[in-house]
Amino acid sequence: MKGTYMLATGILAVSLVLCGYGCRSHGVKIGGPGGLQEIPVGDFSSLTGDTATFGTSTHNGLALAIEQANAAGGVKNLPIKLYTEDDQSMPDVARTVVTKLITEDHVIAVVGEVASTRSLAAAPICQQYKIPMITPASTNPAVTQKGDYIFRTCFTDDFQAAVMAHFAHDQGYKRVAVFKDIRNDYSIGIAKIFEAEFTKLGGTITGEQTYQEGDTDFKAQLNTLKGQNPDAVLIPGYYSEVGTIARQAREIGLNVPLLGCDGWDSPKLIQAAGNALNGCYFSDHYFSKDIKDPAMQKFFADYKAKYGYTPDALAALGFDAGNLLVDALKRAKSLTPSDLRDALATTKDFPGITGKITIDANRNARKAAIIMKIVGEKKVLYKVYTPEEIDQ
Amino acid sequence: MRILMLRVIAILVTFIGLYMLSQFVTYQMDPYYFQVLIECGVYIILAVSLNLINGITGQFSIGHAGFFAVGAYVGAAWTMIWQPMVVERYSFLQMGTLHGDILNLLIALILGMTSAGMAGFVVGLPSLRLRGDYLAIATLGFAEVIYVLLLNINSVGGARGLNGIPTLISSGNLALFWVFLFVIISIVLSRNIMQSVRGLTWLSVREDEIAADAMGVDTTKVKVTAFVIGSALAGAAGVLYAHFLTGISPDIFSMNTSILITTMVVLGGSGSVTGSVIAAIVLIVLPEVLRFLKNDRMVIYSVLLIVMMLTRPQGIFGTKEIGFPKWRRKQPKTEGRSA
Repeated sequence: MKGTYMLATGILAVSLVLCGYGCRSHGVKIGGPGGLQEIPVGDFSSLTGDTATFGTSTHNGLALAIEQANAAGGVKNLPIKLYTEDDQSMPDVARTVVTKLITEDHVIAVVGEVASTRSLAAAPICQQYKIPMITPASTNPAVTQKGDYIFRTCFTDDFQAAVMAHFAHDQGYKRVAVFKDIRNDYSIGIAKIFEAEFTKLGGTITGEQTYQEGDTDFKAQLNTLKGQNPDAVLIPGYYSEVGTIARQAREIGLNVPLLGCDGWDSPKLIQAAGNALNGCYFSDHYFSKDIKDPAMQKFFADYKAKYGYTPDALAALGFDAGNLLVDALKRAKSLTPSDLRDALATTKDFPGITGKITIDANRNARKAAIIMKIVGEKKVLYKVYTPEEIDQ
Repeated sequence: MRILMLRVIAILVTFIGLYMLSQFVTYQMDPYYFQVLIECGVYIILAVSLNLINGITGQFSIGHAGFFAVGAYVGAAWTMIWQPMVVERYSFLQMGTLHGDILNLLIALILGMTSAGMAGFVVGLPSLRLRGDYLAIATLGFAEVIYVLLLNINSVGGARGLNGIPTLISSGNLALFWVFLFVIISIVLSRNIMQSVRGLTWLSVREDEIAADAMGVDTTKVKVTAFVIGSALAGAAGVLYAHFLTGISPDIFSMNTSILITTMVVLGGSGSVTGSVIAAIVLIVLPEVLRFLKNDRMVIYSVLLIVMMLTRPQGIFGTKEIGFPKWRRKQPKTEGRSA
């Protein structure tokens, strides 16, 4: 009997202590430029956990952009302060840290996440508190559908799929087969849009086969695809399986070009495939050392000088998200989240290093994609597609 | 009679206290601390329920995230998939009003707990044959099977998970009420089991299974019951967590989570309910407190864990309890000695 009382009192006491500790200023406090000493900006990234390399890259890119903006005098004479939190590659932790950034650090904008699951977990929080959120690299279309405060500065899977459909058409392929990862949302989404677009452009989808992440033998499906006699095969998967698929395709004599998307972008792809991917193509973010743009070359040099290694596409996307945010802060009427949101929404032709960025009505970035060609064991820039070319 | 009345009063006081606390805290507390508090509550339920299996009954299960996931997904499936199917015919199930939300949450809880409990039964059965390390592997395997299944079932979103789950538990500012109601239920349940005659049979299985068997204890029944109760409580934690987070994906229920819950039980002291509670709070709050350390945070966290285990290998509390006076009326002093 006493026990229950004691338990209840104990819990009451603990909660009250916690509460007293936690009862601080309620809501988000934002002063005008006069009241603020610095501009607080939040960043949540997977700095540890399964996809630590992704998060580290975008975080580094973002930090570099903020550092350069502060060196150039900040925004409205105020320096930008970046609050970084690690979400351990876990969606529920992402939710907690974003709540912390908004309610404890009082940030006026949040930049974050590569993985769409984590962006999807954080987006409702940002929307609830009406704090603009910019995802530098989540390509899943559902992320920005969470509300009018959620922005994206990379292209969506839908756009990427449309690019591949146009590319296949432009290459003169009439018959394309699709081989997708049934377990992967990304793969399924791209396959669906590609099929619709390619059919619209007058092409034929000869057939569809599926595999699962972790499979090692693809010969049965590849033989079926070979029997359909396609001009090319679209494999919208991750690099981890594509290398093996390519080798097995060549072994059974399926020698047509293979097409892929940004999931192919990894040095490990060529390691696994060897020579088998010679003459294949994949779409990627507008980022390559081959692009002779001075801004791109400067980014390569600055990044290497600061962090000691060559940046990848995700670092460039983080860098662009940071610069776009700085630009919007400069254009915003005042430093409130709602004015910042309006400034972000009206971003037009922002000169990012990964292409000109225009934010469309659905708060997605419209920007160019590139086609990389694999020659021997090297990846070379082959073609650039702008959003205007895809719209036609 | 007096005892019964006291019991009813105690339960009423707990309910009203929790309700008032819940209202108060929701209005007063900073959302970040509130979120950490709820997370603490959910993990206390998980740790205490695993303690029933690992600590009190002496089995070694390291797949608790599997039951957690079953509860979360079944509960979320009710509110997101099944409820919209039947709501047209049964309009009283409509969500949006307070009583509608509570009704739906209760249904989700019943479904989640039942299915997690059934999963516990299925896993409990092999525990008749397996012991120690082998049982650990079987439970870990179960959790992985659940994880991979969830990745592959398209109707619950695959790798992207279920998003936009209604926040039923926050309806009427009751989030804290629901979570801590289950915290209390799991603590009181553990305590009652430990102090009852039936509970002694559970402890006897932990201490020496062969001897218990020889004394006529139905060890099979004890082990399966422990698994079913433990996993049903984990299922309840899952339902509550899903309806608090509003979005779940398989990543939340990966092996890391299983290991985290097991760590809580071991760190607190296997068999100590108080220990599980304290360890759950420590392991959830510590990484948040350490956030000022930035990149070294997880390193320091791990070092602290190692130091704790080195200095107190029996766990923070060993098998001791705090605030657990004898539940029963005072026994006549002579009893047990005279014979």
